[in-house]
Amino acid sequence: MHIVVLTKPVPDPAAAAERLGPDGRLDRAASPSVVNGNDEYALEAALKLTEAHGGEVSLLTMAPAGATDTMRKALAMGATRGVLVTDPALAGSCVRSTVQVLAAALRDLTFDLVFAGADTSDGGGGIVAAGVAALLRLPYLSNAARIEPDPVSGRVQVRRITATGYDLLEAPMPALVVCTQVLGEPRYPSLKGIMSARSKEIATRSLGDLGLSAEAVGGTVATTQLLGTRRPPARGATQVVRGSAEEGAREIVAFLESRRLI
Amino acid sequence: MPAFWVIAEHNADGSLARISAEAATLARSLAAAAGGDSEAAGIVVAADPGHAAEQLAVYLPRVVAVADAAAAGHAWAVLAAERAAAVIGDAPDAVIILGAGPDGRDVAGMLAALGGRGVLVNATGAAWDGRLTVEMSVFGGKLITTSGFTAAGGIVTLRPNTVTAEVGPAAGTVERRSAAGEPSIPLVAVLDQVAEVGAAAPIEEARIIVSGGRGVGSPEGFDLVREIAAELGGAVGATRAAVDSGWVPYSQQIGQTGKIVKPQLYLALGISGAIQHKVGMQTAETIVAVNRDPDSPIAEFADLLVVGDLFEVGRAMLVALRARSG
Ligand SMILES: Cc1cc2nc3c(=O)[nH]c(=O)nc-3n(C[C@H](O)[C@H](O)[C@H](O)COP(=O)(O)OP(=O)(O)OC[C@H]3O[C@@H](n4cnc5c(N)ncnc54)[C@H](O)[C@@H]3O)c2cc1C
Repeated sequence: MHIVVLTKPVPDPAAAAERLGPDGRLDRAASPSVVNGNDEYALEAALKLTEAHGGEVSLLTMAPAGATDTMRKALAMGATRGVLVTDPALAGSCVRSTVQVLAAALRDLTFDLVFAGADTSDGGGGIVAAGVAALLRLPYLSNAARIEPDPVSGRVQVRRITATGYDLLEAPMPALVVCTQVLGEPRYPSLKGIMSARSKEIATRSLGDLGLSAEAVGGTVATTQLLGTRRPPARGATQVVRGSAEEGAREIVAFLESRRLI
Repeated sequence: MPAFWVIAEHNADGSLARISAEAATLARSLAAAAGGDSEAAGIVVAADPGHAAEQLAVYLPRVVAVADAAAAGHAWAVLAAERAAAVIGDAPDAVIILGAGPDGRDVAGMLAALGGRGVLVNATGAAWDGRLTVEMSVFGGKLITTSGFTAAGGIVTLRPNTVTAEVGPAAGTVERRSAAGEPSIPLVAVLDQVAEVGAAAPIEEARIIVSGGRGVGSPEGFDLVREIAAELGGAVGATRAAVDSGWVPYSQQIGQTGKIVKPQLYLALGISGAIQHKVGMQTAETIVAVNRDPDSPIAEFADLLVVGDLFEVGRAMLVALRARSG
């Protein structure tokens, strides 16, 4: 079983230091970079499946050249190798370009499954994976709470979380699955994992290697553009109430009444 | 002049999803602002689209209802994307609005790839001012950006509670069509649809959310959270700590890897206010917290913080609320 996991380096949300540079693009120097939290769930799910069925997990990342450092963290969790698509022309790419680049890179890889995280903590769109599946004509199974591939029948079953429970989906492999946190907590890299990650292969690919040109994808042909930014209105000062439980409760009810919430 | 399209999502019982009524209201007001011959229209794709289409026509002058038998046994997103793409055609100035939840995102991603359109995600506002401008909250709520498309149109995913649904001046027409042709993206079979017991009210759309964290301590502890939610007419939310402990289903989790909510009232019981939780709820209009630690991070962004034990304050609050409603 070969699984490719789409992983994106993102500014660490815990550092809360994200900002835009003067060009209106994410200032990557402002924050430490980590593997996107939702991608770690996808990677964990992939590692568990290859441990059970045999096979390998590859990472696919589109990012600036420095992303190899962050990719090593994911390799330390147990992925076998990484592919980094990096090209100066990709700075400022929109969703359409990202989808085209990832799809082109996947065309060069062999896999039974592609996993993606539900969304990224920086972009937050949660739409790239669906676009990649559409371009590659792959069956697309999203919002997964459980993933059960059957190497014998060549099919995969997924529990897709719905508003009222779940749908049981089934499709032939290769297929693309979007993973959720419900699949299980990601492991911490072991010391051995960290050591071995240093020598694992990270292959880099440029746009040219993928047969794409900067006239077709990347920052200069972005479909969206930033027009302006503003700070959200500041919240007022916090009113703090101490005293008995009854006093506290009375204060809450009075506060809700004053704001016409009850 | 652009056409503003809403691709409607529906609930398990075939009724129109609330987010789509909100998206339809937005499409109508954008078309009015754009003026000229711009139109607002909706598309419903389902095995039996009639009910949702009639409901959508309350908000829009024109609705195209595409009946697709395949939708009965297959995942919806592929069919919705392919059928909607056929209805909309390749007009580059089409503006297509979907919800920012799982179903809307799936369709938006596929439509973007099929038609090479741009996407602006998680809109918290949209306006027409010679062109479409879309506001988004980014970096965990620290910044609001305004963006536009470089082409005349594109796809927008809309956050719930951004727009208040308002019916149109007159009911629109419903045009019935049957799906034609094989989709180019493979269909995914739905073998079974399982309703889980205790599936709670959807939190994204709730006006009031009463949320519990690790401080609630146990599954039984959540009975109190549920009681308060019921008394206030709200939905139950939770932190990841409470979800990971198995006290509440993941569907109720709020935050970075859960849902992003924007209720009028967020009542946080035994929640510290970690950054990953904060990003999911900080745009709530009013935040009230009960926490026994006055120095927990939530003290920095709540409007009202009651320092105390959540069970004692919670029970006293139920008494006070019930006395009030008499
Ligand atoms: C990649 C990643 C993604 C994450 N995504 C999310 C997410 O989507 N949503 C999310 O919520 N978290 C998320 N987290 C986890 C987050 O970092 C916090 O661990 C979590 O939000 C803490 O939940 P909590 O506030 O319930 O628990 P704690 O931080 O343990 O806080 C419990 C609070 O309850 C108070 N308390 C305890 N007992 C009582 C009592 N009897 N009465 C009153 N107060 C009491 C305590 O003073 C404390 O402030 C994520 C973390 C990571 C790394």
